[in-house]
Amino acid sequence: MRPVIGGRLLVVGYWWLVVEQYQLGRDNVLDIRNLQARVAGNDILKGITLTVNAGEVHAVMGPNGSGKSTLAQVLAGNPVYEVTGGTVTFDGRDLLALQPEERAQAGVFMAFQYPVEIPGVSNAYFLRSAYNELRKARGQDEVDPLEFLDIMEKNLTLVDMDPAMLNRSVNAGFSGGEKKRNEILQMAVLRPRLAILDETDSGLDIDALRVVADGVNTLRRPDNAAIVVTHYQRLLNHIVPDFVHVLSAGRIVKSGGKELALELEEKGYDWLEAPAEALA
Amino acid sequence: MTQPVYMQEFREFAANGGGEGPSWLLPLRRSAIDRFAALGFPTPKNEDWHFTSVSPIAEREFRVAPAARIVKLSPADIAPLTFGRADWIRLVFVNGRFSSTLSSMAQLPAGVRVLDLATAARDEPGLLERHLGKIADYQHTAFTALNTAFMRDGAVIHISPNVELDTPVHLLFLSAGDASGNAAHLRTLIVAEHHARATVIESYAALSGAAGYFTNAVTEAVLGDGATLAHIKLQGESERAFHVGTLQARQARDSHLVSFSYAAGGELARTNIYTFLGGDGSGATLHGLYLLDGTQHVDQQTRIEHASPNTFSREVYKGILDGASHGVFNGQVYVRPEAQKTDGKQENNNLLLSPQARVDTKPQLEIYADDVKCTHGATVGRLDEVALFYMKSRGIGADMARKLLTYAFAAGVIEAVGVAEIRTELQALTLKRFTGAAAGL
Ligand SMILES: Nc1ncnc2c1ncn2[C@@H]1O[C@H](COP(=O)(O)OP(=O)(O)OP(=O)(O)O)[C@@H](O)[C@H]1O
Ligand SMILES: [Mg+2]
Repeated sequence: MRPVIGGRLLVVGYWWLVVEQYQLGRDNVLDIRNLQARVAGNDILKGITLTVNAGEVHAVMGPNGSGKSTLAQVLAGNPVYEVTGGTVTFDGRDLLALQPEERAQAGVFMAFQYPVEIPGVSNAYFLRSAYNELRKARGQDEVDPLEFLDIMEKNLTLVDMDPAMLNRSVNAGFSGGEKKRNEILQMAVLRPRLAILDETDSGLDIDALRVVADGVNTLRRPDNAAIVVTHYQRLLNHIVPDFVHVLSAGRIVKSGGKELALELEEKGYDWLEAPAEALA
Repeated sequence: MTQPVYMQEFREFAANGGGEGPSWLLPLRRSAIDRFAALGFPTPKNEDWHFTSVSPIAEREFRVAPAARIVKLSPADIAPLTFGRADWIRLVFVNGRFSSTLSSMAQLPAGVRVLDLATAARDEPGLLERHLGKIADYQHTAFTALNTAFMRDGAVIHISPNVELDTPVHLLFLSAGDASGNAAHLRTLIVAEHHARATVIESYAALSGAAGYFTNAVTEAVLGDGATLAHIKLQGESERAFHVGTLQARQARDSHLVSFSYAAGGELARTNIYTFLGGDGSGATLHGLYLLDGTQHVDQQTRIEHASPNTFSREVYKGILDGASHGVFNGQVYVRPEAQKTDGKQENNNLLLSPQARVDTKPQLEIYADDVKCTHGATVGRLDEVALFYMKSRGIGADMARKLLTYAFAAGVIEAVGVAEIRTELQALTLKRFTGAAAGL
């Protein structure tokens, strides 16, 4: 008797999952609801709501200081930023309850606007450690340095990076463009479910921009998603977004399709509705 | 104070011929012991010893090892301390006494002389008379005075003009067995004549639980015009031992001293690296790394005296302190009025891993010339939170991230070691110490 009941429960559970998926419409990756955060005593994010489904690319734009990096850092779990309200659900889990490393292991990757230099730790060792931590978290075996070299080769080609960079310390003495390329290399190796790129295009020359964009496009799959923070339409010519959001003073003040970016390029941000607080 | 113990011992030593040697040696010893008697052990009132009390040394009695206490070691015992290079020119000292059987000085290239001090006193009295006691200042420093009074074992290295010695000369100072109460007044003389090049490694280590001993080492170095001397000191004494070691160099025109000082041992340890830039265009590059734990007190003092125009100095010292350890860095840069166009840079960075660990850092610039470029900086901090977050954001756990960053802090300065075998060994050592990992980064 017992196994039969178990079987039926499983079947019921399965159908429930299917219904849930159907109701959400698509495979939901990230669900941000009314997210608020502060840093150094200042409220920066004042209620962000954003849903990202698998296969989608969302562009986030907005003036300097509007909170774009804060949003990215909060999603990655930077302890400097204090979450004061709202929820973030990642693949059905409470993202805010996870440590930064657990978020990475769960499939979140944030490319830093200002990648950090770590003199003394080689790029190769750093990447291999990260890669193995992610594998361990998924119950997979660690790869040894030789196997890892194989994996690296493909990815180095993808971002058009000199293998010699692997023996250098993480980002130490890298040019601005090299640092950004290195972020994309990390992303390519770690293959996240959700990639958050914080101004990865800033400070890149045209070739590097294409490399970064190609990297992102190559990694784009129906089962992953990306949030691309940028100031420039030119990136969005390469990485065509499904949605564009404008962040201003800690709120999303406008959302639209890819044509919104073109409109912003033309008109700037001034024409957008100022947030309530600024009006008061 | 047990100063009288040393006086008594000196009387016996002198009565027994004072280690013999040329006629000028005994008067030198006498004048040194007189200076020691007058100076006494330094107290914290002495500027140079402000953060370090030597009373643990002064209050104990240390005597030069009687022959009976010499411990017999085999080449296999010292193999782990040879950096995998049995072929290097190597002088080995056990409990302060030269061991000819453990040493290997067979294949000396032409123009290179490497001898133990006693042999040099017999065979090269002229060389010794020219330099010994002329550079290391026993007039003002008690430990150097004590060393000068009792010096008998050590090394003498002479590189003839224009000779470039490719293989390092390794001086291995070991303490082994029951070394408690033992004093080793090791004395080394390095002479690199004009345009000569050499690398000398001094390593200090303890075997088979040796503890409670006192190493008091002095190395004098003479760098002729255009000479380059790489000096690597690896202080890995027992954590229950006392160590005072001084390198004092005098540099002629366009010469370059490249010093690396590693300090991880000793209950109370002090390393002095002093150089006198006496020739136009001469310079010194000093790197240091100290890794402390437990209740260790380890002090590093450097003094660079710019005494000629166009001289340069580059200095980077780093310390990592854990437990309730206490580190000291005192970096003196002295620019004489005639040393115009001096170019000096000094940096000292410390990483505190525990709330009880402590460091005193004191950069000291005294500049009496007006056309100079000198900078210095000192930091005492904890691990970089931004870097920690960056690593965690890539999936590396908090504990591992901390370990890697700690290792990385040390790694930068290890890069400066010019001898690959030693660099690799130090990397492996620190990696193991801070991450527990065996593989290279
Ligand atoms: N660590 C911090 N400490 C103090 N203030 C911070 C910190 N991080 C962000 N802020 C402040 O929060 C606000 C939002 O900054 P954020 O970096 O999120 O803006 P941004 O939209 O990414 O801007 P930009 O386009 O210039 O990159 C700014 O006023 C900024 O000064
Ligand atoms: Mg930003």
